[in-house]
Amino acid sequence: MAFIPHTPEDIAHMLEVIGVRSIDDLFDEIPADLRADVLDVPPPLSEMEIGRLMTMRAAIDGRPLNFIGAGAYEHHIPAPVWAIATRGEFYSAYTPYQAEASQGTLQLIYEYQSMMCALTGMEVSNASLYDGASALAEACLMAVRSNRHSTSRRILMPRTVNPTYAQVAQAIAGNQDISFVPVDFDRSLGRTLLEALQGFSGQDFTALVVQQPNFFGSLEEVDALNDWAHQNRIMVIAVVNPTSLALLKPPAVWGADGTSGADIVCGEGQALGVPLASGGPYFGFMATRMQFVRQMPGRIVGRTVDVDGRPGFSLTLQAREQHIRRSKATSNICTNQGLMVTAATIYMSLLGPRGLAAVAQASMQRTADLVAALTGIAGVKRAFTAPHFHEAVLLLDRPPAGILAALSRRGILGGLDLSERYPELGHAMLVCATETKLEADIESYAAALADVMSASRAAA
Amino acid sequence: MSEKVPGDLRYTKSHEWVRQVQGGASNGAIEIGITDHAQSALGDLVFVEVPEIGRALSAGEACAVVESVKAASDVYSPLAGKVVANNEALAGKPELLNEDPYGAGWLFRLEAGAAANFASLMSASAYETFLAEESK
Repeated sequence: MAFIPHTPEDIAHMLEVIGVRSIDDLFDEIPADLRADVLDVPPPLSEMEIGRLMTMRAAIDGRPLNFIGAGAYEHHIPAPVWAIATRGEFYSAYTPYQAEASQGTLQLIYEYQSMMCALTGMEVSNASLYDGASALAEACLMAVRSNRHSTSRRILMPRTVNPTYAQVAQAIAGNQDISFVPVDFDRSLGRTLLEALQGFSGQDFTALVVQQPNFFGSLEEVDALNDWAHQNRIMVIAVVNPTSLALLKPPAVWGADGTSGADIVCGEGQALGVPLASGGPYFGFMATRMQFVRQMPGRIVGRTVDVDGRPGFSLTLQAREQHIRRSKATSNICTNQGLMVTAATIYMSLLGPRGLAAVAQASMQRTADLVAALTGIAGVKRAFTAPHFHEAVLLLDRPPAGILAALSRRGILGGLDLSERYPELGHAMLVCATETKLEADIESYAAALADVMSASRAAA
Repeated sequence: MSEKVPGDLRYTKSHEWVRQVQGGASNGAIEIGITDHAQSALGDLVFVEVPEIGRALSAGEACAVVESVKAASDVYSPLAGKVVANNEALAGKPELLNEDPYGAGWLFRLEAGAAANFASLMSASAYETFLAEESK
């Protein structure tokens, strides 16, 4: 089929029919001071030039031995994932506008949604969002639309939630009259302090965000957090790592009795077959219960039958979306990350539940090995005692910045310095190991750290 | 035009109808729905969201949503007042609104005090004139 853009004649004709002089006139409701007269972008580059530029920039990243997670995780991606995802039939980053013409794309998204529902235990998943942080922002907006018992537009955001996510939620939802109230964490366990939460009992809050595992890698007491929120008519927004769900309880069955778990589940999908790629593109996911589906943002693919009773796929519940509801759509800033979702669907298909559990188990074991190896070095200890998944916070006897810089010169990304985000923790850094880190990698990191620590001690 | 416009109701330009309930337990309450014209323009309804009981509405406030196979529209409260009842049957049977827009397809009721400005709304004949002009 032909997708031919409008000719200048078409445009002139359409403007005449609706009685508008120019396309610019259609945007006159945007205040003049918010409009960009000139876009400050560099001139175009040829294919050869852009190839060179990107190769040069990629080389700056180098090929370090990476022990940083903090929201984006280096997992092994089986070769077939991208071999299949880049086939011509799949290699488009977008849901086509005439969606039902592309039954294969829709079926793939449908399978993806089914897998995300199986992982989270929820009843319905959307076709994906930009990334984990914006998925949380969308989940907060969705909770405000969905929670009929709350008028406060206040959301409890524990400090154990990824601070970047909290910042993005603030940037997006904060401008819509929604406020975020921090909840403190237990300094020795590294998880949300239940007593801090209980101090809010009886007050009007719209939602409680629960990240599992939390930003420190620690496991939250999700059952207690979930039940406290529901007892106070507060919705529960779960932010989860999809790899961890192969081992951990699905958010749908959080809570003591397992029947009224999280209301909205969201998170970052990058760990499922998407490379780190210097920070993106990744994809966000979101799932909920049928009860709230009309407030969920993003596309949803459904399975149906045509007039002859043959099975087929179509976009469904579209009255939530902006091509129908305009400014009252559930979101005007989201899209489906088609290509990343294609890779994730192939990744999950190849691994299956047992394969994903093996990845999760191996990552957890490697992190345990890493923590054991590093805490054997003088001046390094664990910050928290709560059980953890594949990340942990370590405390050094001096500021991490200099140590991490020295490690980086040896080709090792040793961890994420937490001292700016969490000054109260002291000289803290967040480390991660996945199944991609072999015993030898952990040994070389430990040796380098011991060396750098004693060298800097000698220098001091 | 074959669309029904009952003479005993009041109307708005956004195609809501308003009835003052006579007699019974809800005597004097204000009942609100969407007109026959509105339901026929929307087509087969698949979902209706009504305002929760106890919510205080101001006149002109968007308070309900009607969704059909081809569109979704907000319903605006014609008068100010507190919601005292809503039509729960629509959750399971949104088609009631297509079949009987002035009866079984009612959306919600406001407390009797909301009636103060009832007479300022359009009469049936004014609404018919409005529809005729709108279709020109």
